[in-house]
Amino acid sequence: MPAPAYALTVEHLTVRFGSSEVIRDLSFSVPEGSTLAIIGPNGAGKTVLFRALVGAIPYEGTIRWAPGARIGYVPQKLDLERNLPITGGDLLRARARLDGASRADIERALERLRIGSEVLGKLLGTLSGGQFQRLLIAFALLGNPTILLLDEPTAGIDEPGQEQLYETVHRLQTEQGVTVLLISHELSIVFQHARNVLCLSREYTCFGVPRQVLTPEFLAQVYGAPVGLYLHDSHTH
Amino acid sequence: MTPTPISSLALSASMAVAAGLIGCFALMRRMTLAADALSHVALPGIGLALLLRMHPLTGALAALGSGAVLIWALERRTHIATETVIGVVFSAALAAGALLTTGDELLEALFGAPGRLAPWELGAGLVGAAAVIAFVVAARDRMIVTLLSPDIALTTGINVPRLNLLYLLAFALTVALGLRYLGVLLMGSLVIIPAATARRLARGLRQMLLISVAVALFSTLVGVWLAQRLDRGSGPVIIVVAAACFLITAIRRGEN
Repeated sequence: MPAPAYALTVEHLTVRFGSSEVIRDLSFSVPEGSTLAIIGPNGAGKTVLFRALVGAIPYEGTIRWAPGARIGYVPQKLDLERNLPITGGDLLRARARLDGASRADIERALERLRIGSEVLGKLLGTLSGGQFQRLLIAFALLGNPTILLLDEPTAGIDEPGQEQLYETVHRLQTEQGVTVLLISHELSIVFQHARNVLCLSREYTCFGVPRQVLTPEFLAQVYGAPVGLYLHDSHTH
Repeated sequence: MTPTPISSLALSASMAVAAGLIGCFALMRRMTLAADALSHVALPGIGLALLLRMHPLTGALAALGSGAVLIWALERRTHIATETVIGVVFSAALAAGALLTTGDELLEALFGAPGRLAPWELGAGLVGAAAVIAFVVAARDRMIVTLLSPDIALTTGINVPRLNLLYLLAFALTVALGLRYLGVLLMGSLVIIPAATARRLARGLRQMLLISVAVALFSTLVGVWLAQRLDRGSGPVIIVVAAACFLITAIRRGEN
């Protein structure tokens, strides 16, 4: 039996901010085409892990992407001025020009994310949370990614919108074999979509198949309180 | 009154276009304080060049280039209070420059004096302005993506630190281009005011760039002409015209 191909292998990853270790000696790997969910309480280092993965902060250890990996990163929150004179169209056209994508590619990305064409003419600061989040995913898709890093992609999106979004991501996986790393607080989503789950917290780290790892006892330990299956959290990290 | 030669007009117009373009990104990057402070750092360079009997512009360029690299290094060290350091270092540079330069030369360096243009000055100025304009046009998409999020920019293969350094050097070059007309105290204003005016009116990036360039061009050309008619230094008049454009748009936007 051939060894599984990995989209990402992380070995002994440690991230420090000053004297505090936010991530300590973390190792895991993500098979190509699979979904890895990352869960944990606020401040456990989930977003820090993504920032280390994209090379935005210094780290110790090894981060190895599959050869030719193209990363599409969708952060949870961006610090943009409300009156920044950049429209959704400005942003998508800039990305398309950088990646040699065509106008048709932009239209296909908009269609996939169910984004109305009116978003192209609107300033970024005037978009709703859901519109902006979908625009960022469309922006990532223009780079024809092999890996998507989604940091709480459904924060600020209503429930039908959330289902549509996960459906879209799922379709990308089946059609193009995209690997997905997903930070989510919603355990129902984790059970439904993730092949593996990585739990991060100050005291515990776990990695495995959701049904085996996410026992009520373990979740109570990680979050420091009993946790139901539907866990919602709108806080930022 | 001597008529303004076409060559001088061409130089001031190309400087204005560069300032209008580079200013849009200074405003969007929220570096208006750094922009203004950086233009002041030219003064000690001019002072030193005059002491050494060199062309003032060479000293200004060296000082501005060093200032740009300093700001770039500070921006990379997020744990330092960048604005404080910029405030202290560049105010000190202005003070040191004022000590080095005296009399009419100080006034000219502070507020600008078009004077007569040597052919090489015209050539260097036009090439410099063309370089700044070409940089903004070529790097526009990368700068937009970096504005959105430097982390996202990294994943698209953009070398963010290099882009930031190139931007700051282009900014420094723009300031150097405008020193002749506006001086070290006012050149920062020609970079910021047209862009600030454009931001109030624009409904997208293209509009912002076009309006900013139009305001910078209008202010510079009308300012140079008015300064000649009124027998005043060009710098203050150009900035008064630019500020008037900003105020008119502020009032009109307020009415709507």
